[in-house]
Amino acid sequence: MLDASPDIAPVVKKNNRISVITIEHLKKSFGTNIVLTDFNLNLFQGENVVVLGRSGSGKSVLIKCIIGLLDPDQGQITVLGKSILDLNDDELDQVRVKVGFLFQSNALYDSMTVRQNLEFPLRRHWMKVSQQEVDNMVMEALENVGLEYTVDMMPIELSGGMRKRIALARTLILKPEIILYDEPTTGLDAITSKEISELMVKLQRKYNTSSLIISHDMKCVQLTADRVVVLIDGKCWAEGSFEVLRHSEDKMIRQFFD
Amino acid sequence: MNFSETWREYFKEVGAISQFTLRFFQQSFKPRNEWGEFIRQCYIIGYQSLPLIGLTGFIMGLVLTMQLRPSLIEYGVESQLPAMVGIAIVREIGPVITALIFAGKIGSSIGAELGSMRVTEQIDAMEVSGTNPFKYLVVTRVLAAMVMLPILILLSDAISLYGSFIGVNIRGFTSFSLFWNLVFDRLEFGDVLPAFIKSFFFGFAVGIIGCYKGYFSSKGTEGVGRSANTAVVVGSIVVFFIDLIAVQITDILGLN
Ligand SMILES: Nc1ncnc2c1ncn2[C@@H]1O[C@H](COP(=O)(O)OP(=O)(O)O)[C@@H](O)[C@H]1O
Ligand SMILES: [Mg+2]
Repeated sequence: MLDASPDIAPVVKKNNRISVITIEHLKKSFGTNIVLTDFNLNLFQGENVVVLGRSGSGKSVLIKCIIGLLDPDQGQITVLGKSILDLNDDELDQVRVKVGFLFQSNALYDSMTVRQNLEFPLRRHWMKVSQQEVDNMVMEALENVGLEYTVDMMPIELSGGMRKRIALARTLILKPEIILYDEPTTGLDAITSKEISELMVKLQRKYNTSSLIISHDMKCVQLTADRVVVLIDGKCWAEGSFEVLRHSEDKMIRQFFD
Repeated sequence: MNFSETWREYFKEVGAISQFTLRFFQQSFKPRNEWGEFIRQCYIIGYQSLPLIGLTGFIMGLVLTMQLRPSLIEYGVESQLPAMVGIAIVREIGPVITALIFAGKIGSSIGAELGSMRVTEQIDAMEVSGTNPFKYLVVTRVLAAMVMLPILILLSDAISLYGSFIGVNIRGFTSFSLFWNLVFDRLEFGDVLPAFIKSFFFGFAVGIIGCYKGYFSSKGTEGVGRSANTAVVVGSIVVFFIDLIAVQITDILGLN
């Protein structure tokens, strides 16, 4: 839920729905490589939006801009009422606490145990959490993904699917309001992909989060998406429900489904 | 790539490393010191390098002594063998060889570690978890390298001298106390101090170059390999350059 603390700017509303992420005219290029030309998107509260795009189309660049890991060349990004391009480091960190990020490569810290991995987001200097609370949060997060017994294992000892679950647990440990998923099922086998997709849906219902999911795994898209945005040529090419897009005549859209 | 392009690349790289070094100093003074990680790195970078540094130091002292003996016998100054080896090891060979081995072991492991953390997005993950990755990864490793290398060099010097003692005793007999007296008769504070000071710079250079190469590793596994490799090559060259500058400075200051 959006809390009503006074430092939160007026929330962005559109058609009476609260937009938790608003992206306007986003442009980003690397040297001569133009990645995003004019991207616009609203993510409404409680909604799961999938961004569909071919590999190399700039999907990861897009969500890294949202969380402030990359600076766009032009455009506006508003997350939970804050224009993230205008924030200083501490203010940005306050926003990042409310936005979970599941990295494509999981980004588990190799040199740390599962427990230390999960505790890492809790070591922020301004967070005052007792050891008892930390332990509880770690166990709750692991319970959510059904891997309590791995708590003292190293990431190297886990299978691909387990690593993805641990990464998801770490993303969820601070109960974020928004979760950004970067290709959550890429590189997993079909059965594991389905399990991960179902887990995502289950946790989204449990914590009532909004999510932006990047994917080109149609099974995952079908299971998770309330709305699909197709990213082609650096902009929002088409948008609609999975069913609507599935029956689209557009050649560019068809190639994702065929 | 043509000639001018090569030079442009070269100066770009020098500029980028300088900028990285500047960032190191800026970040070092920012709050939130990562003491836990610093201690862990001291253990990995220092303690775990001891066997290698000790072994190479021992062999170096032994071999150097055995190689020098015939020439000294020829000049009839065999009794000066401990003093000569002592000066060679403490002033030059000990610090430089140890720093080169350090560049090979630590430079490459830092380059590979940070490189793989970059390509598997662990550095990005730290950043979104509210931990400054530059402080957590770079500052701790560079400081640990800078603190541990001088200590390793002192230990290596001592072990080398012990190796030299064995070398002296392979032919003939010299008691340990006599050997020690012969070495330290000649060795002055002015020999030890410059060597000790430059070893901090060696440690700093190896650490910062390893971190730079890893931190900006390009995507893919071959990027990680390249980071580790260039960290060693560039680190070793810079060790020699620092040595060259250090000898000029001690020369000007009349410490020779
Ligand atoms: N840090 C970077 N520096 C330079 N180019 C980048 C960087 N990150 C991404 N790119 C380029 O941006 C394009 C889109 O990349 P990305 O967003 O990772 O694609 P994907 O849609 O597969 O996630 C690619 O051409 C890639 O080379
Ligand atoms: Mg990607």
